Amino acid sequence: MIDTLRLTAEEAWRLVDTRELSGAELFAAYRAAIDARDGELHCYLHVCDDPGGDGLPIALKDVIGTKGIPTTAGSKILEGYLPVYDSTVVKRLKAHGFRVLGKTNTDEFAMGSSTENSAFGPSHNPWDPSRVPGGSGGGSAAAVTAGLAPWALGSDTGGSIKQPSALCGNVGLRPTYGTVSRSGIVAFASSLDQVGPVARTVRDCAFLYSVIAGRDHWDTTTVELPHAVELPEGQDLKGLRIGVPKELNEAEGIEPGVAAAVRAAIAQLEELGAEVAECSLPLSVDFGLACYYLITPAEASSNLARYDGVRYGYRADADERLEMYERTRDEGFGDEAKRRIMVGTYALSAGYYDAYYGQAQKVRTVIKREHDALFETFDALVSPTSPTVAFPLGARTADPIAMYLSDLLTIPSCMAGLPGLSVPCGLSEGLPVGLQLIGPQFAENTLFRIGHALERAIGFDPVPERLRA
Amino acid sequence: MAIDREQLLHVARLARLELREDEVERLEAQLNDILEAVSKVSELDLSDVPPTSHPLDVVNVSEADEPRPCLTVEEALANAPEREGNFFKVPPGGSS
Repeated sequence: MIDTLRLTAEEAWRLVDTRELSGAELFAAYRAAIDARDGELHCYLHVCDDPGGDGLPIALKDVIGTKGIPTTAGSKILEGYLPVYDSTVVKRLKAHGFRVLGKTNTDEFAMGSSTENSAFGPSHNPWDPSRVPGGSGGGSAAAVTAGLAPWALGSDTGGSIKQPSALCGNVGLRPTYGTVSRSGIVAFASSLDQVGPVARTVRDCAFLYSVIAGRDHWDTTTVELPHAVELPEGQDLKGLRIGVPKELNEAEGIEPGVAAAVRAAIAQLEELGAEVAECSLPLSVDFGLACYYLITPAEASSNLARYDGVRYGYRADADERLEMYERTRDEGFGDEAKRRIMVGTYALSAGYYDAYYGQAQKVRTVIKREHDALFETFDALVSPTSPTVAFPLGARTADPIAMYLSDLLTIPSCMAGLPGLSVPCGLSEGLPVGLQLIGPQFAENTLFRIGHALERAIGFDPVPERLRA
Repeated sequence: MAIDREQLLHVARLARLELREDEVERLEAQLNDILEAVSKVSELDLSDVPPTSHPLDVVNVSEADEPRPCLTVEEALANAPEREGNFFKVPPGGSS
């Protein structure tokens, strides 16, 4: 009997490698877990039959294009869409023998923090199904925690990997912008979108990152990694300087239980040998959200212009072409996608461009400079990933700005193109708390080293209490 | 800056969105809340700061111009809501 709730990808890999288990048996075990638990959790929008191969199963967020497998981005406008080519990350996974288990739920076009903007209904948090798993990549995060996949890929624009990992109690990496190809990924905001791994351990996360990262001919924003990915070992953090930006750790809205768990973890980092000191991001946190909610809707309004009912996806009935475009988009897009298209179109329109979009791009420079300055002193920064633990379904759906605040702490570093790792650091009110580690560009190995040491020191049990045997 | 009903309908037209009446009312309130929140960026005097459009220092990426395999006509048309021969078919209409 394979316990998919406890099995790490590393251990699964060893079992298959030593032929104690066949790849088919492993795939079947995850399919059985999906059959048993996904009715309640709704992590998957599409489940695949075993495609064969030498390697491990993996779940993919449904913004990742998969040849011949439905790819909806959580939107009605892409219902039934079958990509005719694989995204680069999927090609790389297949070259390693990975077997796609299925496509996981997401807020529509990755716009949201709870999966409640999915056109196909929300996913549920495995720790408490009355609560959200976070978003937009809530399906991938919940699937990994619930043992419905050994690991998964997500995508992150302003927190869509890190925040769901925090809320579900697993490890998520948003890589440095440009290290993972976006070719074949449904675009949301192209200057921020990054694909990254979600896993049960930091080592699994690091390995999966090593498979997908690197320069790709089909995405000219990608670069070769300056150094190879190192699987973290050991627990010694001597020589590392870790900064605690007070604005990220004392922001209004951070729950006391979240702050306490993160403080305790920071004390652990010191015990492990790291040098810890307070520091400041005076403008990044205060202005990050406003900057993000101008730049990303602007880019989204442009990226989503392609959904016009002509070449693929949903088409509404109409006698005349303009009417067809407008009705297709009204019926095909959900509320949040429309809000962002409207804000973005407005922010880019004549007369408002300089005040909104142009000014936001300058704020982005300020945010990048503030982070760069801190990395002259520190190797990494630390804070809570999310201000709160998983919130109840429906709690923030009526108030877009309350929902936007879910990403207050993850957004600033995303604007600067920096890598961020979320690792579980304890429980508050019986729900997981995620700790965010931010590094300079291309410092993933440092984040893995710190995250791995912390993970071992804390000994967090990633299996939700209600699912423990 | 606030957005009124007329502007909202203008923006919707630019974005090719035919909004239903109930959506117009809801969006007017929500967009004004959002615009008020994001207008915070104007509090800073950034006249001397250059804009950032991309977080990496990557410029002028070029590669050899060599032909490679691409999608076939059948693949390109595979997801078309409607096709005629080797074309996407759309309803008739003006220049827009």
